[in-house]
Amino acid sequence: MDLILQLLFTGIGIGSVYALVALGFVLIFRATNVVNFAQGEFSMVAAFLMVVFAVDLEWPYWLSLLLTLGGMALLGALFNLGVYYPLRHRSYLPVIISTIGASIFLANTTLALYGPQPQVLPPVFETQGFLLGPVFLDSQYLLIIAVTAALVAFQYWFFEHTLVGKKLQATSQDKEMAALLGIPVAGMIMLTFVYSAVLGGIAGILVAPVLFVSIQMGATIALKAFAATIIGGFGDVTGAIIGGLALGIIETFGAAYVSVPYKDAFAFLVLIVFLVVRPQGLFGERVAEKA
Amino acid sequence: MSGTPSPVAGPAAAAPAPAPRRLPLGSLAYAALAAIVVALAATTPFSGYALNILMQAATYAIAVIGLTVVLGLCGQINLAQAAFFGIGAYAVGLGTVDGGLNFWLCLVTGLALAGVLGAVLGASTLRLGGHYLAMVTISFQQILTLVLTNWIPVTHGPDGVPNIRRPALFADGQSYLALCVLVLAVVGWLVWHMPRTRLGRAMRAVRDNELAAGVSGIDIYRTKVAAFALGALLAGLGGGLFAGSFTYISPDQFSFAESIVFLTMALLGGVGSPVGAVIGTALLILIPEWLRFLKEIPGLYLAIYGLAVILIVVFMPDGIWGFLGDQVRRLRRARPAPTPAAELTLSQGAASAAPMLEVSGLAKHFGGLKAVDAVSFTVAQGGIHALIGPNGSGKTTTLNVLSGLYSPTGGTVRLAGQDVTRLPPHRRAASGIGRTFQNIRLFRSMSALENVVIGAERPNNPLGARDRAALEARARAALAFVGLEGRAQEPISGFSYGHQRLIEIARALAGNPVLLLLDEPAAGLNSSEKNALTVLLRRMAAKGLTILIIDHDMTLVSDVASHVTVLNFGRRIADGVTATVLREPAVIQAYLGEDATAGPAASLKTDLAPV
Repeated sequence: MDLILQLLFTGIGIGSVYALVALGFVLIFRATNVVNFAQGEFSMVAAFLMVVFAVDLEWPYWLSLLLTLGGMALLGALFNLGVYYPLRHRSYLPVIISTIGASIFLANTTLALYGPQPQVLPPVFETQGFLLGPVFLDSQYLLIIAVTAALVAFQYWFFEHTLVGKKLQATSQDKEMAALLGIPVAGMIMLTFVYSAVLGGIAGILVAPVLFVSIQMGATIALKAFAATIIGGFGDVTGAIIGGLALGIIETFGAAYVSVPYKDAFAFLVLIVFLVVRPQGLFGERVAEKA
Repeated sequence: MSGTPSPVAGPAAAAPAPAPRRLPLGSLAYAALAAIVVALAATTPFSGYALNILMQAATYAIAVIGLTVVLGLCGQINLAQAAFFGIGAYAVGLGTVDGGLNFWLCLVTGLALAGVLGAVLGASTLRLGGHYLAMVTISFQQILTLVLTNWIPVTHGPDGVPNIRRPALFADGQSYLALCVLVLAVVGWLVWHMPRTRLGRAMRAVRDNELAAGVSGIDIYRTKVAAFALGALLAGLGGGLFAGSFTYISPDQFSFAESIVFLTMALLGGVGSPVGAVIGTALLILIPEWLRFLKEIPGLYLAIYGLAVILIVVFMPDGIWGFLGDQVRRLRRARPAPTPAAELTLSQGAASAAPMLEVSGLAKHFGGLKAVDAVSFTVAQGGIHALIGPNGSGKTTTLNVLSGLYSPTGGTVRLAGQDVTRLPPHRRAASGIGRTFQNIRLFRSMSALENVVIGAERPNNPLGARDRAALEARARAALAFVGLEGRAQEPISGFSYGHQRLIEIARALAGNPVLLLLDEPAAGLNSSEKNALTVLLRRMAAKGLTILIIDHDMTLVSDVASHVTVLNFGRRIADGVTATVLREPAVIQAYLGEDATAGPAASLKTDLAPV
């Protein structure tokens, strides 16, 4: 029982990271109707930037954090201009291929610049964590869960209670109508990419002390976040969060009770099972193209 | 080549005089060229290094041609080509080394296994959109890499499989290279000819416009699965030969990064043709060899690949061969027009007592919105029946339910007495329902003639033909019927809006439908085009065809339709002989609003009924 509680805690912690990246997926998907296959690389790049600023240059943590998030905002803007914007009038296939190209480019540029050795980013807090009854609450996992909860709350407030949030929603639902109403659609899409990059970056920074900071972390996180969005129901914000948490828990229990080397395969198996049995996910609706 | 069994062509197939068969000069030249290249590969004394590069290029090219089929022809993404390549390679590696089995047996098993896995993977995902397919193929790729690395008792794990044996006849490198080149030449020939086969046309139609492909009688799902399986099978074939050429394989040769390399090769050369696949493969194998220094910094050359992918997609979407091909096509002379087209024949099925179309209690709800609600009407055999109503009255939804694009919430649809309510679009096309779309849906990468040939290929077409000449003759006859025969070879983009509508009608007519559904054919036409359309509709009806037409143009409707059904807010409000129905107060009210009394109604009448 103690072990189960401990695994549950760890699973929710790691699942929160998937949920954050999944949110980034969903936001870009809703704004542009394409899946950004480089979403995971945002996390990877942010983790490496933190290593550069906080570890290599030994700058204070808060300054490194600010610089990294600023860098991610810039990367999101450049990404939109270079990878999505020139293709915005083409079908989804060229855009998918272009974001895959971007993903390969970001991962391997980082590899070329920094080398293949995995890096370590120290946790934010000095204390490792504390015991709550039989369960050891790791401080970094607690931080991950808290930040995720705060960001989800912020996002809800932002989309439902601010004018910019409403404009973003209008853009994602009907670009042409939004443009006719005077909403700067290109600007809204830009904002979406910037915010998604920052969101992915925060996820990367949070998870970096738990995992090693490596070139592969982006692809791994992205695939799992994508699986989370499918489990939750594509394009659904609540679904992405629940899906992310569910996946984190499944994976943690799978690693503990079934097999460690195949830990990463569980996400994909769950993904394929969902695609076959319930492709619309837990919260999604079936969509059909209109004639 | 499409592999479909050819049923006996009935006597009904009024075969036009068979065109004199042209000598397959192109194929002969290709065979001669291929023979020379194979002979060169077998005899030129290459260094061991050059031999390795050439064998890698030849085997990779086979897998990249697999992408030509699935991505180029059918428009479906596959990011696990390296995984299928690896399945073929491990079948040969493990089979010959651990199993001591015959090389050829292992090769065939490997490509069959890749094909079957491709079909299963495709079958589970291809009903969904392209994003799902991209992710599922990546997942499959990752799972395979995990299995190859971790299932050590079977796969040897990260150490890989050494000492793979080649077949006895091709034991030395030189002759094995010749074998690889020979296989590549055969695969290239087959895929080069694929776009002009029935299956190849179906794939291109699905890529260009899925909805139109479905209502033209193409089984979209099966076509996609076939393309996916075929692409995977070719990767398995390439991988099996690859294992023999290097005699050593390990999991990292079949990783996700290699799948990206395959994709880049296909995109760079041009995804539309096997020639592009070979060009792309050759360039991307040779360039890194020339620029070896790039490989000294890990990641640099893959970073360049990633950048190249973005640049190609943005600036050269058709790849090198696509670009060159455009120039060649510009220089080529137009083919001489063949013999004048025959008169279009339409055969109506044996007259049955049942009405042509019987719609009863039809309902289609979108959530709470009742777009169509308990609508019933019948369409008699022969003649033109109009379905009219104000905007939002449910006309197009009804048509979409009739052609199978939407499944109804309730009610039944009978075609000549046969219940078709639950059939998917391509099965309805097979039972004789043809249609056109309000917003034109043609296959944009094809010529007018090819579009209409796809219509002529409708399954169960009693006037359909199996051989290409007869199919083209029927398509020409259909184009001649709408007056566009002279421009049959032109690409769709060159036609005006009105002419594109006519091509859509010709595509439906070529399929010899028993019931033709026309969705606002007059929308966007100018008045002289509308007059021509009126004449065309009468000529179609004169051939005994039954037509159900939706349109807002009351002059057109009252001119051609003998019967009218009127919908408003998803319900039927009137039904009967045209002249009578158009005078009904409820109908006039629906069009002019609540206040329409006798006064304004009279002005509507003059517009409507030239009785």
